[in-house]
Amino acid sequence: MSRFRFAINVTPKAGILDPQGRAVEGSLGHLGISGVSDVRVGRRVELAVEAIDAAGAFAIADRLASELLSNPLIEAYAVEPIGTTSSIASRVD
Amino acid sequence: MPVRVGVVVFPGSNCDRDTVHALEVAGAEPVVLWHEEASLQGVAAVVLPGGFAYGDYVRAGVIARFSPVMRAVTAFAGDGGLVLGICNGFQVLAEAGLVPGALLRNRSLRFVGREVTIAAQRDDTPFTRGVAVGRPLRMPVAHGEGCYFADDATLDELERDGQVLFRYVDAAGAVAGPTDPANPNGSLRAIAGVRNAAGNVAGLMPHPERAAEAILGSDDGMGIVRSLVDSAAIAAQGRAGLVAAR
Repeated sequence: MSRFRFAINVTPKAGILDPQGRAVEGSLGHLGISGVSDVRVGRRVELAVEAIDAAGAFAIADRLASELLSNPLIEAYAVEPIGTTSSIASRVD
Repeated sequence: MPVRVGVVVFPGSNCDRDTVHALEVAGAEPVVLWHEEASLQGVAAVVLPGGFAYGDYVRAGVIARFSPVMRAVTAFAGDGGLVLGICNGFQVLAEAGLVPGALLRNRSLRFVGREVTIAAQRDDTPFTRGVAVGRPLRMPVAHGEGCYFADDATLDELERDGQVLFRYVDAAGAVAGPTDPANPNGSLRAIAGVRNAAGNVAGLMPHPERAAEAILGSDDGMGIVRSLVDSAAIAAQGRAGLVAAR
């Protein structure tokens, strides 16, 4: 078994009102920044999955992303592998 | 014998007791259903009350959706059982796909807790049978994620099929625009409540149970509570009749 680490990025779909993004855009003037637009505020979730292989781990992360971490009506997600560690040596149970 | 109506309690529900009380006033026997229970104890209708189920983490309503009691509620709804979601309960139903659409963060980004005015769009449903169409009803909202969203095709379908149950209106009864103060959260087409295609599951963001007695400042919500209780009683009789016929 190995531990596969993933980052799941959830963002509002195009066309979905994103008041948080709008609020960030609204604050840019106070920072003296110009030329920034299309701000969309989402969520990043990092997690580790114990699995035999990368494909199995990815499938679990993808299911979690689609069923719980995002709402397909309003949000898109992307699952990004961010590292693997073999856990055979460290397991004692 | 009073009809038994279930009130689901999730960790973080905070309108369950108000809902129990309003159901009692309407003549029902409320049955409290704990979220870990997979049985609905034979109730004739279920209410998912307001609150912040499971802290509303990730998205309002989504973690509650996977609780044992929601598996039972989903099966009950699939069999035609009456289910009403109020506020957070509406968010749970939307996340579970039991009613169409999604509840987004309020357009103002602020939690809104104040009285609003809504109007029923039809009076021939189990949830509005005792409510006059278009009559302004005063009751509170208290939510941070109540901006009703669905894509245009879905919204057109909801209108065509009569699935919009309640809209936000101004004091004169005119439907509120998305940025009109009478629309507390920016809901598309001023939608405050919808039902599913089959017509047995409905959700709304405002709180009828908090406006169910004159002492609360408004009893306009009682029409909705009583509609549900009366419909549940009819459903219970129908079921008893079916059992007797067997």
